[in-house]
Amino acid sequence: MRTAAASLDLVRPRSVDDALRSIADDPSLAPIAGCTDVFVGLNAGTFAGTRFLDLWPLEELREIGIRNGAISIGALATHTAIQESPAVVSRVPILAAACREIGGAQIQNRGTLGGNVANGSPAGDTLPVLAVAEAVVVLRSATQERRIPFTSFFTGYRQTVRRPDELIVAFELPPLDQVQWFRKVGTRAAQAISKVVMAVVGGERPRVAVGSVAPTVIRCTRTEAALAGGATFDEASRIVESEVQPIDDLRSTADYRRRVCGNLLRRFGTETQR
Amino acid sequence: MRLRVNGREMEVDAPPMTRLLDVLRIHCELPGTKEGCGEGECGACTVLLDGEPVCACLVPAAHAESAEVTTIEGLGGEHPLQRAFAEHGAAQCGICTPGMIMAALALPPSPTLDDVRVALAGNICRCTGYHAIYRAILRA
Repeated sequence: MRTAAASLDLVRPRSVDDALRSIADDPSLAPIAGCTDVFVGLNAGTFAGTRFLDLWPLEELREIGIRNGAISIGALATHTAIQESPAVVSRVPILAAACREIGGAQIQNRGTLGGNVANGSPAGDTLPVLAVAEAVVVLRSATQERRIPFTSFFTGYRQTVRRPDELIVAFELPPLDQVQWFRKVGTRAAQAISKVVMAVVGGERPRVAVGSVAPTVIRCTRTEAALAGGATFDEASRIVESEVQPIDDLRSTADYRRRVCGNLLRRFGTETQR
Repeated sequence: MRLRVNGREMEVDAPPMTRLLDVLRIHCELPGTKEGCGEGECGACTVLLDGEPVCACLVPAAHAESAEVTTIEGLGGEHPLQRAFAEHGAAQCGICTPGMIMAALALPPSPTLDDVRVALAGNICRCTGYHAIYRAILRA
């Protein structure tokens, strides 16, 4: 590891309240859980933080359950736990599908939903699902709890509305009765970062979200409006291709990503036989 | 900190953010767990943490405290998977082999080829082309 382990402090709270007090006292603490992103940075010597708040042992943040009709998923629920949750599989199968395509078993056993969101990568595979599911991010500090619509959570590349003294504690997903669809396009199925990742919800109020095509995951509102207004999938595909703002990078090109976005939306139409 | 590795209690003097990989290889003197990419891509450092495969390069030592860690050394050398890998030529350079075997340990009894492919999706081999590895696991 390029970063010297001896230079790193780890604060180990015994409860969520304890953790919230710690981060209120020292907002420079970086919350960590499964560490599947943090240790990549530490191994490479690129992670700037030196003081960490260990959330991993806090069992109360792992719960997955139904509350007031919504499915509530604790921030520490791992990608494996989400795939194995009957509530997720029956209500939001596209979330289980997204978690199945993150890394391999080793990463899924450690990586958490809260971590995937907090990391803020525009390529995060669960993010388009949370966007079309119109999830709510539950943020808690020592003094208050806030519920932020997922689509307002990111403010820029790896930037979020989370304040330094807040922790993501859970996600709430309202019931989804419409057809749901998810597709990740990468170099290979496992261990690949997405070139494009798309989630779609059908029905009278269609929702389309795409990752890896902009500084944050985006909802394609013009495409959604066109579909709601009766546009064909060919027409909607042309709109989504103009609505995304991909870049050329080491994983793909902007042109390829645009074309794939259009193709995926057509594929959604074909596979769901609308 | 106290760790339980391969059924043995061990006392280790390491900072809490030390990689489990380094604790195992350096502090516990168990070099069977290999370092490949150091970023969770290759699976060479796979060990079992409370029975679940994880990349030891991405786990802080603090998370192994009070957990049961199993490394390739814990299989003793005559485990059916180890024998099958040898019999079916499932290793060439050998760097990926301990990780492959540790990932395969999480499979259910009588796995299908698809089960094996999914369980080993996080393990990369640059020599064998995987077929011999899958064959060994299916026949172990």
